[in-house]
Amino acid sequence: MNINYLLNSLYLIKPEIAISATLVLLVLMDLIMGSNKKLLPYIAIAGLIAASYFSVEQFGMSSLAFVSKANKGMIVTDPFGAFFKGIVVFASFFVIYFSIKSDEIKASFERHGEYYTLIFGMILGMFFMISASDLILIYLSLELVSLSSYVLAGFTKTSQRNSEASLKYVIYGGVSSGIMLFGISILYGITGSTNLYEINSLIQTSSIPNLTFILSGILIFVGIGYKISAVPFHFWTPDVYEGAPITITAFLSVASKAAGFALLIRFIKITFIKSVDSAGYWQLVDIIDWKTFFIFLSIITMTLGNFAALWQDNMKRMLAYSSIAHAGYLLLGMAVLSNQGMIAIIIYFMVYAFMNLGAFFVVMLIANKIGTEDIDDYKGLGYSQPFLGVCLGIFLVSLTGLPPTAGFIGKLYIFIALVDAKMITLAVIALLNSVVSLYYYIRVLRNLFLTRPENGTFEFKVSFSNGLVLVLLAAPVIIFGLYFTPLINIAKSSIQILGF
Amino acid sequence: MIHIGLGHFLFVSSILFSLGIFGVVTRKNAVMVLMGIELMLNASNINFIAFAKYGNFGLQGQVMALFVIVLAAAEAAIALAIVLNIYKTFSTVNVDEIDTLKD
Repeated sequence: MNINYLLNSLYLIKPEIAISATLVLLVLMDLIMGSNKKLLPYIAIAGLIAASYFSVEQFGMSSLAFVSKANKGMIVTDPFGAFFKGIVVFASFFVIYFSIKSDEIKASFERHGEYYTLIFGMILGMFFMISASDLILIYLSLELVSLSSYVLAGFTKTSQRNSEASLKYVIYGGVSSGIMLFGISILYGITGSTNLYEINSLIQTSSIPNLTFILSGILIFVGIGYKISAVPFHFWTPDVYEGAPITITAFLSVASKAAGFALLIRFIKITFIKSVDSAGYWQLVDIIDWKTFFIFLSIITMTLGNFAALWQDNMKRMLAYSSIAHAGYLLLGMAVLSNQGMIAIIIYFMVYAFMNLGAFFVVMLIANKIGTEDIDDYKGLGYSQPFLGVCLGIFLVSLTGLPPTAGFIGKLYIFIALVDAKMITLAVIALLNSVVSLYYYIRVLRNLFLTRPENGTFEFKVSFSNGLVLVLLAAPVIIFGLYFTPLINIAKSSIQILGF
Repeated sequence: MIHIGLGHFLFVSSILFSLGIFGVVTRKNAVMVLMGIELMLNASNINFIAFAKYGNFGLQGQVMALFVIVLAAAEAAIALAIVLNIYKTFSTVNVDEIDTLKD
């Protein structure tokens, strides 16, 4: 291993380096600035701009970093990773803006330094999660994301809700990562390697004990399933989403989920694949029936998410169950096991980022002013605050998946992938689920527009910058619903995973 | 003279892992739950070291075990801080009584 070789590898992880440098800078500035912490979010945004530039640069690349004799490479840089890094950076921009405006975060002003530092810890972990091709790095990055988010979920120390959320998060997270680690140790034991590419070439050539292999695969899936909040590993989701500060909830629901799905897709597609046929269907090593596994998982995930959301009164808790349901729809894209399914997942994520961040932003603006997230307290809000009401309406209609919003396009491509793979029953089940979800989204809209306010009107103004950010989130939801060719082009160019 | 082989190590580690899960599921005290999680992590550590020693797989197993030891310490530090905070706000560390967030 010589110095040039190391430098070449370092060039491949420029986005990660940019994020780490910003993290260190944030800690230093927090110490230097003393009581003046207003500059910190701007440093954070500058770091994100650098990271997004380097991520976009990676779109054309396709190579492995940190290759050694004993190891086929720890990190992959490819268009697939670049896309998901883009989603994470995109969500981070908005979450940092939300944090500047959030009253919850403002209340603990003297601890802003650690807040932004921990957010960057999460981003760094997600970046590595997205591009890791080695079990060691996968576990480390997963833990980096988890450890930072445990603290962030309980950021307001005096709030009961916050501390309960972080306790529940740390217990569920610790258990699932412990189970995942046990799975990794078994996989290491039967294959003798922690590198995904090496494991792949090993299971293609030699016979391995089937039962042990399935066991280790399932144990590893516990860890990933916890990150994407798939049923039956979803128990933390409603409590943490409701208890944590809204900014963190928004970040968990978009960025953390995107990183989890990127890890899942890369893990499945690199480790278990035999070949990709001409129509883009993946031929996986048939140790278990992958299709049935994912179909089963996605059906219970979306059904439970949608039905549990029906009787929620808290907006954040309702959105938590809705995000479980969305994880179910995304798993449908996995169940197809084809490149087309992957395109559908990627399109869905682009749309999901806009509408979910937007919905949480409106909930935050309202909570800032009237101090509640209860759906019943939203009565008549659409009259006194038409702008907020209409924006929330757009996001909720899009989350339901009705035309002419972008949510419809996301669902449409998943259904197309399903129908192409001749899984029509599954498409029908997903469609029925969307109908169920219509009920609880529309219930909020009914409170907004069709009921009279019970106690006075909501006398507050939305500031210009907040309005602008809201338009930035709401307009694409409509525009991409009508003109979606760019989404599809991006998705098609970012399905390329190194090696297959 | 008993020859200690890979099987013995795996036996110990699986018992440790099961005890960890048992501890997490049955204990009410948050600190005891965290101890259960520590047991699970250390069970995997035994696995890594045993596989690396008996399988001649190179150093990846040992490296992983070192990382896990550090991570377990970090996780314990964060989790105990959170438990301390819970005690300040709820005046109890019984996980069954901390249930203000509900359907």
